[in-house]
Amino acid sequence: MTDTATAPVYTGVDDLRRIARELLEAGDVRVIIGWEAARRGARPVFVSDPAETDKLIFDTRCVHNLVTYLNPRRDHVAELGKIALVVKGCDVKAVAGLLRESQLGRADVVLIGVRCGGVLEENELPAALALTPETVAPRCYGCDNREPTLTDHLVGEPQPEPPRPVMTIDERVAALDGQPLEERWAFWTEQFGKCVRCYACRQVCPLCICEQCIVEKTRPQWIESSAHPRGNLSWNVTRAIHLAGRCVDCGECERFCPVGIPLSLLNRKLQDIVRERYDYTVSDDPENAAPIGDYRLDDQQEFIK
Amino acid sequence: MTDAHTDFEPRITAFVCNWCTYTGADLAGTSRLHMASNVRLIRLPCTGRIDPLFIVKAFERGADGVIVSGCHPADCHYTSGNYHARRRFAVFHDIMEFIGVDPRRMTFSWVSASEGAKWKDVVNEAVANVRELGPYEAYRALAPEAVELEPSGHSGAEVAS
Repeated sequence: MTDTATAPVYTGVDDLRRIARELLEAGDVRVIIGWEAARRGARPVFVSDPAETDKLIFDTRCVHNLVTYLNPRRDHVAELGKIALVVKGCDVKAVAGLLRESQLGRADVVLIGVRCGGVLEENELPAALALTPETVAPRCYGCDNREPTLTDHLVGEPQPEPPRPVMTIDERVAALDGQPLEERWAFWTEQFGKCVRCYACRQVCPLCICEQCIVEKTRPQWIESSAHPRGNLSWNVTRAIHLAGRCVDCGECERFCPVGIPLSLLNRKLQDIVRERYDYTVSDDPENAAPIGDYRLDDQQEFIK
Repeated sequence: MTDAHTDFEPRITAFVCNWCTYTGADLAGTSRLHMASNVRLIRLPCTGRIDPLFIVKAFERGADGVIVSGCHPADCHYTSGNYHARRRFAVFHDIMEFIGVDPRRMTFSWVSASEGAKWKDVVNEAVANVRELGPYEAYRALAPEAVELEPSGHSGAEVAS
């Protein structure tokens, strides 16, 4: 058992199915949102029939942050009735984010936590793969939430740490930071130049909660809406800074991006900034006030004349 | 208005708060202080009202540099607007630098209503910095081809308040 770090299937799935069935049978919730195995890999599933709870799975392909279904923008999900959501430790940070910003009541949702030891970067696979430096999602490295908190039910055995990816997100950010200004500009304008403005990054984000997004405001039009490098820069910068100190690093924006813009690098840089300047790390504690919207009298101001 | 010795006159947009910096700039004017005339002021109620998107928009519309200025800490007319702005612009400053915007194109300052002389220095330094960096061609190159931007100079009616 030296290779437990690469166990492809996580324990506790039987408990997960039993709890889901009991919740539905008791009428405590109307729908369970979890993952199922489909032809192209794991995908989110809504289960409302107790007989179908055996569909639920949890393995290394379950990359999705299902907390996005609790986003108040998705009122069609809330209309289904009370929800039980299956969450990994990292996903709980997004729940905490919604609680912190009063977008969700803790009693509105039942959380079934699953103990996770990391997920794959590429999840569209017919079977779960073991985690290796080549296959692990880079965001799993250094995970500090393998034990989900805030949950009503917790299943599975404690899992070992995920392996270190070939290149960590921090290493990629540091590599960019080490380049001259002009090369960073060239890198990001090329990346943003690819953007087709589908707004998948916004749609999938559990914490992009505005009812009307600034990008859809036309009088005045703050962000040019056609896909060209200038408007794309404005959009991508705006999306990133609106998540400053709020982003939970679930990586869904980058995973959903159809043109492969490395949004996790922007997000990670913002996390570094708020940590260095305000000693703030986004956590699973809903009481931990976010840094933007808060202030201290002695905040750094070395950039101000 | 143009300096005969150079062919580049930076176009700088300044977002200032109503209570301190705007009044300070007014004092600089009534005191007949000599300073560069490359700055267009946009007066807002408070630095807390200044969205980072304003700065992005200024660059989009052809600004070569921007200034954001308001009341000193503890002096905000609305008690805490400048404290909130300080955090917001710290984050914005750092992330813009990360994506390759030269921080010397973005000047942040506290200028009180009595600091006409400081406003003069802030303006002169910002203009000198941007003059050294040259026109912001890198940002203008992002413009869609169909849109013709005005050449850098003093015809920027849209940029001026």
